[in-house]
This record gives sequence, structure tokens and C-alpha cells, in this order.
Amino acid sequence: MLVLDANGTLVDLNPPARPMMTDRRDSGTARDMVPSWLAAAHLRLTDETGVTPEGPSAAGEIGDRFFEAYPSPADGGVAWWLVDGTGRRRAEASLRRARQQAEVRAMVFSTLLSSLNVPRCAEVAARLAAEHLADAALIVLPPVGRRCTVTHALRGEPVVPTSLQLDPRGVPGLVEALQGFPPVPARWIDPAALPEWAVPAGFGGPVGSALVTSLPGHGVSAGALILLRSSPEGTFTQDEEAFARLFAARAGAALSAAHLYSEQSAITTTLMRDLLPPTLESIHGVEYAGRYRAASDHERIGGDFYDVHPGCDASRETFVVLGDVAGKGLEAAVLTGKIRNTLHALLPLASDHEQVLTLLNGALLSSHHTRFATLVLASVRREARQVRLRLTSAGHMPPLIVRADGRVEEAATHGTLVGALPSLTVQSAEEVLAPGETCLLYTDGITEARGGPLGDELFGEDRLRQALVECAGMPGEAIVERVQMLAAQWLRSGGHDDMATLAISAPRTAPPVGAHPSAGGHPGRTD
Amino acid sequence: MLEGSEYDAVDVVRTGLGAGWDEEGLLLDVVAAVQEKIGVEWAADRITVAQEHAATSINERVIAALAHGPAAGRPVPPYRGRVTVTCVDGEWHAFPARLVAEVLRLRGWQVDYLGAQTPTPHLVAHQHHTNSDAVLLSGSIPTHLPAAHAAITACQAVGVPVLAGGRAFGADGRFARALGADAWAPDARGAAAVLEAGLPRHPAVRQVVDDLPHLADQEYTRVVQSRSRLIRQVLAGLENRVPATRGYNDAQRERTAEDLVHILDFLATALYMDDAEVFTGFLEWTSQVLAARGVPVHTLVTGLDILAEQLHDFPRGLRLVREGVACLRGPAADAVVPGTPV
Repeated sequence: MLVLDANGTLVDLNPPARPMMTDRRDSGTARDMVPSWLAAAHLRLTDETGVTPEGPSAAGEIGDRFFEAYPSPADGGVAWWLVDGTGRRRAEASLRRARQQAEVRAMVFSTLLSSLNVPRCAEVAARLAAEHLADAALIVLPPVGRRCTVTHALRGEPVVPTSLQLDPRGVPGLVEALQGFPPVPARWIDPAALPEWAVPAGFGGPVGSALVTSLPGHGVSAGALILLRSSPEGTFTQDEEAFARLFAARAGAALSAAHLYSEQSAITTTLMRDLLPPTLESIHGVEYAGRYRAASDHERIGGDFYDVHPGCDASRETFVVLGDVAGKGLEAAVLTGKIRNTLHALLPLASDHEQVLTLLNGALLSSHHTRFATLVLASVRREARQVRLRLTSAGHMPPLIVRADGRVEEAATHGTLVGALPSLTVQSAEEVLAPGETCLLYTDGITEARGGPLGDELFGEDRLRQALVECAGMPGEAIVERVQMLAAQWLRSGGHDDMATLAISAPRTAPPVGAHPSAGGHPGRTD
Repeated sequence: MLEGSEYDAVDVVRTGLGAGWDEEGLLLDVVAAVQEKIGVEWAADRITVAQEHAATSINERVIAALAHGPAAGRPVPPYRGRVTVTCVDGEWHAFPARLVAEVLRLRGWQVDYLGAQTPTPHLVAHQHHTNSDAVLLSGSIPTHLPAAHAAITACQAVGVPVLAGGRAFGADGRFARALGADAWAPDARGAAAVLEAGLPRHPAVRQVVDDLPHLADQEYTRVVQSRSRLIRQVLAGLENRVPATRGYNDAQRERTAEDLVHILDFLATALYMDDAEVFTGFLEWTSQVLAARGVPVHTLVTGLDILAEQLHDFPRGLRLVREGVACLRGPAADAVVPGTPV
């Protein structure tokens, strides 16, 4: 307790206040002994009538401790009661710091884990390391051959990824860090030993200190992190040390997950390439257009398929097939691959649909697959401005023909499905398309789409025919798109089977000599 | 174009190239203008669905010829960054996205064009594969805004910023902002300008639930879930109150049901965005289309009245439907199209 008079001069103090004021003795007058924050608070209580001992409390430091001061009346002035709040204040500050740290860490770690793309992941890790751990950071990925991907980040600058041919032995500890063996803790190295590639262009001044640490992935090293600082003290505080360790572990896990994902997706892409529906275009004066939607939105292949095998020249027939394997998903897709390969091998016999189907039937019956399939085969040839078709359905919905005047006809073909019975019977149909007319091959995913305004109706053949009436004269590409669109809108978000549509069209207008009607007619999906 | 002559159309733009137009000018000031005109003609019922589709598909080929044809010369090797151009899941109007993709290619970007109807899981997988600098998301019809929100947040969750564009996001882009898109552009040139200025990557993971706090009332979800039931109830109500609808054949009844689907879709979207204009704007347009089809506007008003009775415990939905009714009863809606039986 201190008592200050109207002028702010210290006139009395109680015994507990003595030791803390002792240190201030040397500062001269009794008035100077009062800390400035208390003097200011005292002054605020003072007006022309003197001091009023009621007013707000004040707070401030005396020596290395922190006090709150509460005024009360006293003889000869105001008594300021001091309460030591040092412990609470320190605890609050450390809590605040811990909260901030936790926020930063949560942000850093969730950002690290956001992408499964390896270069992106390295970029993010390098940027975050430069922001939170050092002035500059490098992520070195394990070498592929003799090249290493090195991602540089300088605080506040864009991240620069590079691919370098480098010798990791040039940086002490880098070889071990990249191998993840022997397990060594992060180590500070002599910055003078750093090779040129390890210092990002634009690093202001010499490197004061450098640290190399491994990024432990899932069981193997996912790469190494090099941190560069301008200051020469090569040490971390205890907090920084813990954060750096955690950071390396999380960055390693993220890079390792991204690496596994890219490896797996590369394998999937390669294996799937031949199972994807082909991109169709104009062949020998006949237009082809196809569209495919797999049963589940995250897959791109399924149990429906189509192929167009061009004849060797315009006088030969082009062989078209569209089919549906019982079931959906990957297993069905694998069987479509087998059927497509078998049909490809049978191309020399393609003019005889019944023979092709009989041979395919035999092949399917003798394989270990228990699934069966329905197909439509078409042999297509352009004659003058017309297109001549031979169509054979093997247990599949007959193709629909959209005439120029808006009539929609069903091709008169039927037959048994393949892969179920020892023998089969089929009936082929001959059709002719005039310019602007289209023959549509489709799978039952379209007609059996369930939904509509009331939610539980089948799209059905009648609606498909009605839709096709409105499609008279449209290019094949627009017809398949419209049919798929109507079916999708019918379904909305409901589940569905695979849906395939393929249009064979006689062009409305003949291409002028030298024109390339197929010039990128399909934008093509890029994945 | 309406005669379906792809070769003539391609010739016209090739002549344009020869006459000193540049590819971007032809794409945006000729091809896009033609497409716009097609849309207007279709909305005014002056061309058929078939003509509209045929013209659009020819326009697509004209773009392809311009962008990759021999007249375009050697394509510019990409020297800027890599971007993904895609439509919202469920969106079939791919044309605007295609134009943007080609303009960006011409300007030196490496463009992955995913096209119409891209399921959001594909879009996200593509981001993991490619490390895009940005996703350009195109939407034409407002009812795809909830799907657009899912796509925007999914891309941002994997650290890729999203530039939204297209009529669905509002003439001033306000829906793009409401859904948390990183940027919005009114057209292809605007999109290119945004990318050239640089679109910063998302610094941290965002709390999606903060975008649209009104969704907490569950009205959007409940309207979407009970859509089929609501449609049945309104159809039954209409047959009771509007004698003319009792004589409808199956096709007419299905047409009416489809109209109700659209009304509920727009109502749901208005609930999702908490924006009445989404709903009233659609109703104004619908009343004009119905008038052209000979269906009097008061049937629509009666339909909305019945719907309002079903929505008694949906305060926001009820307010929207009432605003819709008021808007249809306003002075503009009283004008009767000549020759329309009332």
C-alpha cells in the first residue's frame, strides 16, 4: 500500500510495499519513486478541488513484477492498494501464445494434408516451412534416377519447383535424410558447406545457419527438408524444436500419401485405358457419336461398352458394336474388355454377324465368367449420299431409327443373348439412312432410368421415342447428348445403371472437297 | 447455321481469319454472339429444340475449327499456368465453358477442359492429378447453385482457388460471392484478366457451414426430400380447383408435373441462397412461357396457393411462395398475351 498526496508525492507505505520500493530509492526524489503508470492514474483522480479517492483501478509494472492498483481514501491523500498479478498475467500470456500456436498448427497441418498431388504437396510444405520455421526452406524429394525435384521457398515469395541433377552427398546429412536410414535427428550443419543449388536465388545475404531433417513417410522417407536462416545462431527454442519435429512428420505423411495416390492412380489409368469408351468421329463419310455414363459418378467405366472398327477403306463396311454385360462396376468392366478384345480378333469375319456371335458365345461359355451379355452389331457402309446398315441384336433392345420427317422406327432385329445358352438364333435387319437420318443404339440404362416428377417412374421406351421425334434432323452428336441429358434429368440424383448411347448418322450436307469434318468435333475429356 | 451447314459456318469464320480478325475476336464477338442469338430465338419459341441443338453443335465445331484448324496456324505453346475449365455437376450448357477454355488456350494457358455435367468427384480427382492453378466453374441455370457450392468448397478444400462464371451466378456475380468463390468474372475476357492478375491460393481450410447460416433451418433439405410428395399434392389440388386440368391427357399431366418440378427446384434454390429473386425471376419467365403455350397465369397462381398450404411449417419457404404470388399478380402479369384464352 502506497499513500500519495495531492501532488502525487509518496508520503507513506506499509511494510509489504517496502521491499519493492527499495530498488527505486536511487531514482532520487520521493516523487520519482512512484512508477509513472501509477502517477498518471493518480493524476487522473486529481482536479482543482484536490484528490477524490474514488476512481478506476490501474495496472502496470514495478521492477520485474506486475501489479494492479486500487485507490481508497487515506489521511493526506489516496491510498493505492497494490495486488501482485504477475503469476496470472504470465499464465494468461502463455495461454494466449499456446492458443495462437495451436491455431497456426491446425492451419498448417490441415493445409499440408489438403492435396494428394506430389508437386503441390511439396510446394505447400516448402511455403509453410519458410513462413513458420525459417527464412527459406527447401523440400528435396527422393531421387528418381539421377534427378531430384527440389522445391524452393523464400518467405513472402512465390514457391519455385525445379528438377535438378544433383549429388545429395553435397549437403551433409542429406543422403541419410533422403533414405530415412540410419534414423538421425535433425541436425544443424555448417552453412558454408551448402552447395549453390541449396541456396534459393534472392536469399538476402549469407546463410547464417542451416538444418537438414528427414521427412518420415509411411515406413519410408518421403524426402528431406532443408531450413535456412540468416541469423547465425543454429538453435531452436524448445517450442520451435517440437513444432519442427511435428511439421516434418506431418509433411512426410502428406507427401507419402500423395506419392502413393499418384502411383495408384497411374496404375489405374494404365489398366483402364483400354476399358474406356473410345472417342468417335466421322469415318468414311458416316458420322459416329457416342456418350457414356457409368453407374457411379466416381467411376468412369462399367458394364456397357461400344466400339467402332473402321473398314480398311470407304468401300468396306465399318463394324460397330454396342453391348451391355450383366452387372456393373469394375468386374463388369473387365468382362467388357474381354468381349471387346474377342470381337476385335473376329473382325475378319465381321460381315457375318451370326458367326461372330456364335464364336463369341462359345468363348464366353468356356471362360470362368458366369456373366452374360447383350449386344447390337452393325455393319455400316456409305453409298452415294445414303448410309446402308446391317443390324443384329443379340438379346438387346433393337436400334431406333430417326427419320428425317420425324418418324421413329424400330429396326426389325432380334436374337438371343450371348454367354448363357449353348446355341443362339438371331435375325438381322437391313436399313438405309437418308441424309440427316440417324440410327441410335442404346442400353437399358436409358429406358430403365427411374425418377421423373413423381420420383418412381421408369423413363421408358415411349418417352425415348417421343424425345427422338423432336430430334429429327439433328446431328448424331446432339442426339446422344440430348438423350443422355433427358435421362439424367429424369433421374436427377437417383441411382442408375450404366448408360451408353451411340449414334450412326448419314451427314445432312456433303463435306466440300478437302474439308475435315472431324476437326476436333469431340473436345475430349482430359484426365 | 439454322440450315445445319457446318461447312458454310466454318468457311465464314475462316474467311474472317483471312480478313484480319483474330481468333479471340471471332470466338467472342462472332461465335458467342451467334450462340446468344440462338438462345434468344429458342426462348421466344421461334426455333425448335432440334434446331437449337443442331446450331449449338455446329457452333462447337466452328470453335474446334478455329482453335485447332489449319487456318489457326500453329497453336500457341502454353507458357502461363495450368487451369481446369468445367461445368457444374448437372449443367449441360457447356458452350460458355468451351469458349472460355479456347480463349484461355489462345492466351497461353494450359487448359484441361472437362466439359458438361462433370461429377464433382471427377473434378476433385482431376485436381489431385494435375496441380491446377485455378478451377473455372461455369453454371448457366440457377438451380445448379447448390451443386456449384459443393464443387467450390471441394476444390478449395484441396487448395485450388475457384473462379465462377455464367448466368447462374447472377448478373453481378453475387451468388459467386455468397458461395465463397475466390473470384467471379462476367465473361471470357474478364476471366482471362482475373487469371492474368493472379488468383491467390486458399491459405487455409474454410468452414463451409459459415457461408450460408440460414441453411440451419433445414428448409432446403426438407423441400428437396419431399419434392415428389409436394408435386402429387399440388397436382391433386389443381384437379380439385381448376376444372380445366381435370380433362388433361397423360402428356399434359406430365407437362404440368414437370413445370411443378421446375417451380420446386427454383424454390429450393431460393431457399439455399436465401434470395427471393431467384424464385420470382423464374416465375416471371415461366408465366411468359405458359402464356405462349396458352396456359393462363391464374393456374400458376392457384398452383402456388396450394403449394403455400403444404408449406405451413416452412416460414422461409412460405414467404418466398407469397412473394412469388404477389409478383405474378403484379401489374406486369396482368397483361394478357393476344389470342390467349383466359
